[in-house]
Amino acid sequence: MSEALLPRLAEIVEEFRWCEGREKLELLLQYSRRLPPLPAWLIPQRDSMEPVPECMTPVFLFIEWTPSGAVLHFDVPAEAPTVRGYAAMVAEGLRGASPEQMLALPADFYMAMGLHDVLTPQRLNGMAAIVAHLKRLALEQQRQRLNSAHPVHLQDAGNR
Amino acid sequence: MSGYVYPEYLVETEWVQEHLNDPKVRLVESNEDPLLYETGHIPGAVKVDWFTMLQDQIRREFISQEQFEALCSSLGIDSDTTVVFYGDKNNWFACYAFWLFEYYGHPHLRIMNGGRQKWTQEGRPLTTEVPSYPPTSYKAKPANRSVRAFRDDVFRHIEQGLPLVDVRSPQEYTGELIHMPNYPQEGALRGGHIKGAVNIPWASAVNPETGVFKSAEELRALYEGKGLTPDKEIIAYCRIGERSSHTWFVLRYLLGYPNVRNYDGSWTEWGNLVGAPIEKGPNP
Repeated sequence: MSEALLPRLAEIVEEFRWCEGREKLELLLQYSRRLPPLPAWLIPQRDSMEPVPECMTPVFLFIEWTPSGAVLHFDVPAEAPTVRGYAAMVAEGLRGASPEQMLALPADFYMAMGLHDVLTPQRLNGMAAIVAHLKRLALEQQRQRLNSAHPVHLQDAGNR
Repeated sequence: MSGYVYPEYLVETEWVQEHLNDPKVRLVESNEDPLLYETGHIPGAVKVDWFTMLQDQIRREFISQEQFEALCSSLGIDSDTTVVFYGDKNNWFACYAFWLFEYYGHPHLRIMNGGRQKWTQEGRPLTTEVPSYPPTSYKAKPANRSVRAFRDDVFRHIEQGLPLVDVRSPQEYTGELIHMPNYPQEGALRGGHIKGAVNIPWASAVNPETGVFKSAEELRALYEGKGLTPDKEIIAYCRIGERSSHTWFVLRYLLGYPNVRNYDGSWTEWGNLVGAPIEKGPNP
């Protein structure tokens, strides 16, 4: 089932799958500590982010599309280590991915990690939201590439 | 000094630091995030996770009296222990845990004013060391229904024209926002508010810079200005009951209202109930 996953992401999923109970939480905490700070050039963009409803953790995600694939930049408050952990896993697991690989990512790939057993299923909503968000950005990128391949449609690119 | 009706339910960070080694005081950290405690907590504090430790894992219900007794025993809490709650984001889940401890009749409860935010801003000590205490044989009291409203209580309340306070954001109150985007499992099928409820967002009770509760005078102006006076029976609700337990604490203990209940079913129940009266837009 993990054939659509990039090798590093598949590794992360396995790593969690083989941990038991408390160890899964400890591992998630380790990932949350690994999340790099947002690069300075993205801070103005983060600050212009729309406010989110107050029950939700504000997650900033920017995908830099480099010649060797995606680099995911996240900003998640320090008070939300669980969501920081999700962000760090995804950033590491999808580094270098193409928009097509992101769109092919099964929306529930993280269920195999078994985190719902220790965190409750509702707490995976933050992960679901991150995956949905990055798929939207991947789709946007894919559209832009298609449009620039057919210059006649450039004006339809819309978002820019 | 503070003007609160029951100031003894609130302790300051200084007081907590002076009582870190007091065997009769148990500090309990309660956060929204299940891993925040592990990143560093007040020395000696134990963790209570609202989702996995305070709720039944099958039914939508809190833990039973027996489970509550087992929880307190395992945390080394006895009937004469003073339990001090604190946590993230203005103490919202600290108030939720406080409210549940009140539901099971624990007599000595406190909130640490300002919560994690104030403690860390003041540069006070944090540790990742998890303490353990000798277990007790805690005995709880039967659930105290006078602090909790169920949906049938809300229907009766509406029929009698009694006041309700919706403590969610204005967008949730008007119905502009049904649920959090991408959070379908926590949503409701309908948007708006319970007919007759006034909107006073929960966090208006605290100073956003410090997380500390506003003065009694400011709080009175806030709630009485919307018609919520101490002589009335009041029901507070939000989406799942944590933000409204914060307002419940303010009304019950800081302002001393004798009859306040928290409707923990809140919008995730009401917004899904067939036939329940709902109002959309900015008016009650």
